[in-house]
Amino acid sequence: MKAIVIGCGRVGSSIARQLLGEGWEVTAVDEKEDALARLGEDWRGGFVIGHGMDVDVLRAAGIEDADAVVVATDGDNTNIVIGQVAQKRFANECVVVRLLDPARAAFYRARGLRVVCPTETAIGELTEAVRACEVPQTVEAR
Amino acid sequence: MYVLTAGGGKVGANLARLLLRAGHEVTLIEQRTDRFEALEEEFEHVVQRGDATELFVLERAGIKRPPDLVLAVTGDDEDNVVICQLAKEKYGVPKVIARVNDPRNQAHFDLLGIAPTICATSNIMGLIEHEVPEHGLVHLLELRNENLEIVEVQISDESPVAGKRVERLELPDGARLISVTRNGQSEIAVGSTELKPGDQVLAILQPGKEDELRRVMLKR
Repeated sequence: MKAIVIGCGRVGSSIARQLLGEGWEVTAVDEKEDALARLGEDWRGGFVIGHGMDVDVLRAAGIEDADAVVVATDGDNTNIVIGQVAQKRFANECVVVRLLDPARAAFYRARGLRVVCPTETAIGELTEAVRACEVPQTVEAR
Repeated sequence: MYVLTAGGGKVGANLARLLLRAGHEVTLIEQRTDRFEALEEEFEHVVQRGDATELFVLERAGIKRPPDLVLAVTGDDEDNVVICQLAKEKYGVPKVIARVNDPRNQAHFDLLGIAPTICATSNIMGLIEHEVPEHGLVHLLELRNENLEIVEVQISDESPVAGKRVERLELPDGARLISVTRNGQSEIAVGSTELKPGDQVLAILQPGKEDELRRVMLKR
């Protein structure tokens, strides 16, 4: 099973390490060579330097026979375009895209893109945390 | 006509100015503070500050009306793609025009059905090729919606089609000759038209057939 992780920041690098640990063959892609450091000195996966919008970079990372593509650069719009290119041009069936903006996340989800929106998760969890504070009895009970 | 313009750089600001002068209603969206402040001095309420890929910014600019035309002319190709997709598919804007900054991204716009697009670099390159037809085949016009393009071929002495009639040519499927220009005179290419060295021939073909056409017409 091959996976490509595009965008090797905090999120991308952790996903790459996680998948590698679970037995996937992983190639990470990032514009900056420095990003390799995030993967750790013991990184045994692939690493391609380049922009994910560049089809040659995607090919070099092995998108043509990848089983999963994770798109997690720091730009929502960049992720939207790369995700759609992976899905439509390279017919990749498992494309997961990270978007921070819930509004765009909802739109592209409705259009068939598999979108994960950490902002939505944060909003939900923070709201829950606040609600929990509003009940003093619960706090006392603990 | 109501035109929403995303991106207030040189392209967007000049377009807004021309459209306003032509009597159209315009809203210009610019994200950068320095640019926005400069634009506001000239355009006043016409310019709004914000990221035009954010839905609430587009909505504040009146995209729900919807505009007759959205111009996505920011300096970021991925932003222009998203603006066009939101405009067309979420808000039902009838027409969008997108700027392509990096010609390597053209394929992404085409893949996602965003048309028409304008790429200054590609246009200039086309003009250069027209001046220096070293490939023997010059792109004149792309008909993106029709998936066809019009090219010009210069017939030389060595060209294998020199001295042949059009009906004898083994043109690739999906390619046709349109016209022949000789000594400044043009005529429609028909079966009996004979090609001669020095002729400028216009052909219409499906993108991707250029190499085949070049082989038949120029043997290279």
